[in-house]
Amino acid sequence: MKYLDEYRDPELARKLFDEIDRITTQHWVMMEVCGGQTHSIIRNGIDKLLNNNIELVHGPGCPVCVTPLDTIDKALAIAARDDVIFCSFGDMLRVPGSTQDLFQVKGDGGDVRIVYSPLDAIKIAIDNPDKEVVFFGIGFETTAPANAMSVYQAKQMGLTNFSMLVSHVLVPPAIRAVLNSPVNRVQAFLAAGHVCSVMGYSEYEPIVDEYNVPIVVTGFEPLDVLEGIRKTIAQLESGVASVENAYPRAVNFDGNKAAQELIDDVFETTDRNWRGIGMIPGSGWELSDRYSDFDAAHRFEVGDIKTQEPEVCRSGEVLQGLIKPNECEAFGKECTPRKPLGATMVSSEGACAAYYTYGRFIEIEGVST
Amino acid sequence: MSDGATIDGWSCPAPLRDQPNIVMGHGGGGKLSAELVEHLFLPAFSNEHLEGLGDAAVIEMPPGRIAMSTDSFVVRPRIFPGGDIGELAVNGTVNDVAMAGAVPVYLSVAFILEEGMPIDELAAIVQSMAKAAEHAGVQLITGDTKVVDRGHGDGIYINTTGVGVLRDDIEIHPSTVQPTDVILISGTIGDHGMAIMSVREGLEFESTIQSDTAALNHMVAALLDAKIDVRAMRDPTRGGLAATLNEIATAAEVGVVVEERSVPVDRAVASACEMLGMDPFYVANEGKMVVVVPVDQADQTLAIMHADELGRNAVAIGEVVEGHPGMVVAKTALGATRVVDTQVGEQLPRIC
Repeated sequence: MKYLDEYRDPELARKLFDEIDRITTQHWVMMEVCGGQTHSIIRNGIDKLLNNNIELVHGPGCPVCVTPLDTIDKALAIAARDDVIFCSFGDMLRVPGSTQDLFQVKGDGGDVRIVYSPLDAIKIAIDNPDKEVVFFGIGFETTAPANAMSVYQAKQMGLTNFSMLVSHVLVPPAIRAVLNSPVNRVQAFLAAGHVCSVMGYSEYEPIVDEYNVPIVVTGFEPLDVLEGIRKTIAQLESGVASVENAYPRAVNFDGNKAAQELIDDVFETTDRNWRGIGMIPGSGWELSDRYSDFDAAHRFEVGDIKTQEPEVCRSGEVLQGLIKPNECEAFGKECTPRKPLGATMVSSEGACAAYYTYGRFIEIEGVST
Repeated sequence: MSDGATIDGWSCPAPLRDQPNIVMGHGGGGKLSAELVEHLFLPAFSNEHLEGLGDAAVIEMPPGRIAMSTDSFVVRPRIFPGGDIGELAVNGTVNDVAMAGAVPVYLSVAFILEEGMPIDELAAIVQSMAKAAEHAGVQLITGDTKVVDRGHGDGIYINTTGVGVLRDDIEIHPSTVQPTDVILISGTIGDHGMAIMSVREGLEFESTIQSDTAALNHMVAALLDAKIDVRAMRDPTRGGLAATLNEIATAAEVGVVVEERSVPVDRAVASACEMLGMDPFYVANEGKMVVVVPVDQADQTLAIMHADELGRNAVAIGEVVEGHPGMVVAKTALGATRVVDTQVGEQLPRIC
């Protein structure tokens, strides 16, 4: 695949590190919004190689992590029904609900299937006309076009046994929520490149104007991340805040218009509860009235759901960048990927999982880090 | 992989033709069972031990210690790019025996068939087992077939048990691994797991990823013939390279340091992993081996491996150190380090 080795070149990375060192004169705190970026940073050790003046705070951009507990519990209840084939992206399966996860539902006889695209769930619905096929439609703006397309297609085909449990979340309101927090320390943002490939970056301009924070659209490979950091530091040091694009090979100002039109048709904005963070106004998408027949939350009566989060889990603070994962008392003790207390320990994009997987809970003797 | 054999290629297929699919009777021990044995298994696996058709194969074991290993194969789909469940069942057990430093000689095979399994597909799988066994130089000397009701199996499950003979002077165990030893891998990682995933999930990649299923016993024999002081030898199957390195680090109470960039990954596999959010370090292999040798024998070991078709991409990927015992650490391309832990369960494809 092109665009792999090119953006991992150690020599070019060295040059970017040197340039970042050269222009950094004081302590700066920036947040990488997307969990994919967090993993790239931790996996490649970028945070350890940056100079000590730069503090990276891991943002809430892990869709699996922020999907509210009551939605997960609803998914578990629907998936357990005999008449349902429940389809989901893989990393949702181990996310703990109040008492179970989807893997356990599967083990108890629920028909839970991992799919790679919501369009696969459409195929399953066509092939199983006597079953209700439910797709767990979560994610940020990145996954919205494909999710929207599947609902659109289901309607076009008159597919009555397909529905979606929707819990979409949006980046710009989350950035505002971070900035509005009285304990916020974040001075700049690395915006999530793949979200911007769909939405463009025009929607960040009002945030920059209002809060005077630099926002730099950033990719995921090591050189992408470093270039994003370099541009961010340059802005911070100059005192001028603007929206900049450090990921031009995938992102332009307006984004993908066709995808946006489809999203506008299928979804509408709603208030959304973020797991660990709380209600953020206007931060989600739900199915629009035109497609409400396909809403699994309406189609299935799952009764009262009483949610309960483990008390010791501090994933909310992790998601808001208030603490690092290994500052949580439960990290690596009660809470491990084997027995996660919070979703941030589960998903391949969760900050706690990244810290655990790449060994940030132990000092490595005899190895320079 | 079998080249599409059908029932027509068999010596006396007529009786089996009446039943194109497996029925319960094929596991019942009666006439249908006998026909399956006589017309399908025997022609494929033919050897003097099998032909007696006794309850047990009676064999002369060569003197010395023996190594024995068993494994069950449930892979879905049954036929995949680069191989099938039959070939895998032979190579997998042959490799497990070979990794102990033994010369594999005999295999047993037990089939659990699902009612409705097409007999010509079974024939193709059996023929590919026979080919794999011939290539590995082992004989299938005893077997069993059971049939389960439709819906209670995935067409076919295969268990194989292998027996091999150890040379007198061979003592291969990860606990003998020492600091300064060098870690070698025989080729690219992640091929089998991604080949299976690409067909199982109906993902259409630009190029087909082939499983690497292969019997490694000849390459192992070449190393032992050359008196290489092999400290540890493992085939990194489930759990991938990461699991294998962690097992070695734990067993020997040593640290393992891997140079991430030196670990060979096929471009198509790397791309597929990127797309799905998987790490090739954790993806299964079925024809690769990790070998740990003293540093002064590393070059010679590599030369021997390079001479074998299965080892032509063999390369040193890291070293054993005194520090951080029980822990595997990767040096990233950028020069940082990270811990390579064992995976908890299966890797889950990420959302975006």
